[in-house]
Amino acid sequence: MDKGKAVMGTGRRWAVDFSDQSTVPSTRDILDPPGFSRASPEQDDSATSRQKKDAEANWKLQKAWEVAQSPFKNLMMMGFMMWMAGNTVHLFSIGITFSALWQPLSALQSVGKIFEPFKDNKVELLMPKLVFLALNLGGLALGIWKLNTLGLLPTHASDWVSSLPPPQEIEHSGGGYVFH
Amino acid sequence: MAMAIRVCLLLLVFLSSAIVSFSLYEDQVGLMDWHQRYIGKVKHAVFHTQKTGRKRVIVSTEENVVASLDLRHGEIFWRHVLGTKDAIDGVDIALGKYVITLSSQGSMLRAWNLPDGQMVWETSLHSAQSSKSLLSVPINLKADKDYPILVFGGGYLHAVSAIDGEVLWKKDFTAEGFEVQRVLQPPESSVIYVLGFLHSSEAVVYQIDSKTGEVVAQKSMVFPGGFSGEISSVSSDKVVVLDSTRSILVTIGFLDGDISFHKTPISDLVEDSGNAEILSPLLSDMLAVKVSKRTMFVRVGGEGKLEVVDSLSDETAMSDSLPVADDQVAFASVHHEGSKIHLMVKLVDDLDTVLLRESIQMDQHRGRVHKVFINNYIKTDRSNGFRALIVMEDHSLLLLQQGAIVWSREEGLASVTDVTTAELPVEKDGVSVAKVEHTLVDWLKGHVLKLKGSLLLASPEDVAAIQEMRMQSSGRSKLTRDHNGFRKLFIALTRAGKLFALHTGDGRIVWSMLLNSPSKSEACERPSGISLYQWQVPHHHAMDENPSVLVVGRCGSDSSAPGVLSLVDVYTGKEISSSDIGHSVVQVMPLPFTDSTEQRLHLIADTEGHVHLYPKTSEALSIFQREFQNVYWYTVEGDDGIIRGHAMKSSCAGETADEYCFTTRELWTVVFPSESEKIISTLTRKPNEVVHTQAKVSTDQDVLYKYVSRNLLFVATVSPKGAGEIGSVTPEESALVVYLIDTITGRILHRLSHQGCQGPVHAVFSENWVVYHYFNLRAHKYEVTVVEIYDQSRAENKNVWKLVLGKHNLTAPISSYSRPEMFTKSQSYFFAQSVKTIAVTSTAKGITSKQLLIGTIGDQILALDKRFVDPRRTLNPSQAEKEEGIIPLTDSLPIIPQSYITHSLKVEGLRGIVTAPAKLESTTHVFAYGVDLFYTRLAPSKTYDSLTDDFSYALLLITIVALVAAIYITWVISEKRELSEKWR
Repeated sequence: MDKGKAVMGTGRRWAVDFSDQSTVPSTRDILDPPGFSRASPEQDDSATSRQKKDAEANWKLQKAWEVAQSPFKNLMMMGFMMWMAGNTVHLFSIGITFSALWQPLSALQSVGKIFEPFKDNKVELLMPKLVFLALNLGGLALGIWKLNTLGLLPTHASDWVSSLPPPQEIEHSGGGYVFH
Repeated sequence: MAMAIRVCLLLLVFLSSAIVSFSLYEDQVGLMDWHQRYIGKVKHAVFHTQKTGRKRVIVSTEENVVASLDLRHGEIFWRHVLGTKDAIDGVDIALGKYVITLSSQGSMLRAWNLPDGQMVWETSLHSAQSSKSLLSVPINLKADKDYPILVFGGGYLHAVSAIDGEVLWKKDFTAEGFEVQRVLQPPESSVIYVLGFLHSSEAVVYQIDSKTGEVVAQKSMVFPGGFSGEISSVSSDKVVVLDSTRSILVTIGFLDGDISFHKTPISDLVEDSGNAEILSPLLSDMLAVKVSKRTMFVRVGGEGKLEVVDSLSDETAMSDSLPVADDQVAFASVHHEGSKIHLMVKLVDDLDTVLLRESIQMDQHRGRVHKVFINNYIKTDRSNGFRALIVMEDHSLLLLQQGAIVWSREEGLASVTDVTTAELPVEKDGVSVAKVEHTLVDWLKGHVLKLKGSLLLASPEDVAAIQEMRMQSSGRSKLTRDHNGFRKLFIALTRAGKLFALHTGDGRIVWSMLLNSPSKSEACERPSGISLYQWQVPHHHAMDENPSVLVVGRCGSDSSAPGVLSLVDVYTGKEISSSDIGHSVVQVMPLPFTDSTEQRLHLIADTEGHVHLYPKTSEALSIFQREFQNVYWYTVEGDDGIIRGHAMKSSCAGETADEYCFTTRELWTVVFPSESEKIISTLTRKPNEVVHTQAKVSTDQDVLYKYVSRNLLFVATVSPKGAGEIGSVTPEESALVVYLIDTITGRILHRLSHQGCQGPVHAVFSENWVVYHYFNLRAHKYEVTVVEIYDQSRAENKNVWKLVLGKHNLTAPISSYSRPEMFTKSQSYFFAQSVKTIAVTSTAKGITSKQLLIGTIGDQILALDKRFVDPRRTLNPSQAEKEEGIIPLTDSLPIIPQSYITHSLKVEGLRGIVTAPAKLESTTHVFAYGVDLFYTRLAPSKTYDSLTDDFSYALLLITIVALVAAIYITWVISEKRELSEKWR
């Protein structure tokens, strides 16, 4: 496909098509068959276009909902992966946890972009967006929960005191056995 | 499936946290470590210079070593270190092939094969009482194809076969209390004369048949004045002794069994009579007497008449007499003159005939000559040549021959008493040694060689080259500080009062210095060194000052003798200052304060209970007065079982005008009941130990706060009955009690009693834990117990938000008077080995996990991870605990052969282990001393903060270059292909 594009784009500047044009209906040399009204589709235009737009809106809404619900599948997948990874800190579990944190974050950042194709005056996108947000936040929470179960969140007292140096002593003493 | 993955992952985790063993590869031996073999100060020396075979000298030393040295180079052919209680009394050569040693006060007789030092036989002789002992190997005494060796010790006279060590006969003298002084053997006679004293006042001569041990004749005669014990045999039928007042020389003649006394007052011989002393050398018909610093040669005439032949005013060392050709007997004397020593060999008969006169330049820091042993050889022109083995004041051993020092051995290092570390000078800018040493080509060559080695392509020559390069390229013996702190100096104080600076890289002596007394009075020319402290360690301020160490010495052995302080520059080895401090020294306390030039303040306590502040500057005084109320000291009186605590009271200006002197008052005493407890060991933390954190986090994220205090004293006591040897008491009679005592308040923080256990206790105290080793009489095994101390009063600090906001008192200074609530956790394990000493690794920041360094009875050092002595060990640790590295509890501690850091070497007579941090956090220096010295570098958690020496930089470089090239090539190829695609 790439190749073809390259050919179209840069290869040929012009072309003369000598092939038979008989299949193209736009030529008026041949008469329309009896009963064929060329005007009829243009007459129905407004009604069908409305129908079409409704269908499109519906379809868009449907698609938006689909998109909004897509993180749920992800969520399940992540949950499974996390369970697989276990509760010890190593490369696998860290990778999974960070991807679990990164995915919702990047999704949340690009909420507008994701729902842009479905933007329409008639389509109410708020609910799908909210669901999308909620699901992604859920994913984020899952990631954070996982981070916590791995013990990587400073939620314990031990995380704050482990590098405290021992306190200074006020008194000093020395001595021991007498030199012999 | 998931289970399988989890199992796999767990396995991975386990492998990564598996117990690390610290074994070396064979080619790594000697890269970081060095080992030096010594023998100690020589007591006796016997030359063995027959025409055939290698020339050697057999020596016995004060460190209870018997050794055979190469006379050509001074190397050790073989060496045996007898136990500390097995002091050697005499050494001789029998039958021309056996070295005979008598030890343990005449109760152990051993024969060693002369060429290789293997033991031929050993005979334990019966001994009833302790007495002086005597070894006599008669040269031409023969009894029934056997050559008896005569040994007196413990009240018995034994004749022992030289061939197999069998006791031929023995004579019991215990009943009379007879002390044998001399065994003399008239030539060509089977009767031996045994001369001795009865109750130091009666001279007795036994004539004993050397074949059967029967007494042929006995004569005795009472001398009213009594003898002092020193004896000099001048001929085969005469001896000279001093009487008990040391003013009369008594000649005892015992020819034909008759005893005759002949008294000569010393005042008749010399005018200035004083306490006389008979010098040990045996000279025929002649004796050397030392009277008030003069050495006199006194000839013994026919009827016991004495006359002074010669006298030497200087302090002179003399050798035993040595038969030279033509029935002549010679002896050597050595005396000092300026920086030279003069060696003279004279004939005994004719003191004017000097066979040899040599003067040799001698290092001032070797002190005086203590002992001389001579040996003769026949030169090519058939005249007599002499070689002299001399022992100097600093215990060094030198061989003199033909007016030069052939070789020397620094035997002072066999008796190291105290060790400290010091930094080397910083490398000067502009003169980068590395650049001078290595050109780029050399560097590349080296790395190519290393690469070959790591790819197993190296030939044996290459391997040797790599080994040599490793030794050199590491620059480990340079005299400058390195980035990782691997190069350092160990400053060692020896029993002789000499200071040595040893380089950690190769163990060579950078400088050495004999302590001098500034006053040079008669009583104290050479003070004995007691201990060593770091006086000045510049690192923040005063960088241009050289670091220095403080040597505390004492004039004389008495504890009330005046002390001597000496400051020694570490870079140069020169004495900066030396002073008689005018008071006694019973304790030295380095204080945790330094002045503006980073000189550490020290308090020195004297016998009168006063303390003196050093350095004596007003700045130090003002610093000390600021902290006056917070300085305490304690004394342990081991014999009385009392520990006393003192506080500073006031300046002792009322008594003396010294404003640096302070009086003290007694604050508290801890008295152990003398009928049930006797102090056998006390221990504190090392004052310079760095602790990284006060919290210990357990598996369930719980925090325990360590009770880290410098003012804790560990005391171990045993019941007085159990203070003796192991096994001398029943388990019911013996108990071991350990205490943890706060030395500020005298409060006993913890007490732990072990019933049925016994010392000796070897302990190590670090951070908040003590590990100690003792003997369990019930189990008949050694045990190791660990006690960890935690602070209960800080345990409430659990609120995360308070900690986040910093609203806690965990870093506030604490006082011992605030009644610390503490609890301990402890656990005991069996340990298969008996222990000589225990130390612990120390690192720069205290982050790296610790290892115990256990000096075993086999004179090796075992590194044991602290994780093995962790009271949290349980039989079945949970998954989380296992992941944290807690080892399942076993009843005994494992001894993994690979974790001996001394690998195949032995540090004979191991006495102490010193650890010092390197700059690199993972690494610690370990220095062990005994008769031998051993040094190595350890990384208890492996070198996690640096690449190892054998890391192949070349391989890394090549990989990077190859990758870059590959990227470029593939890029070019892809461009080309794209172009061709477009043209298609």
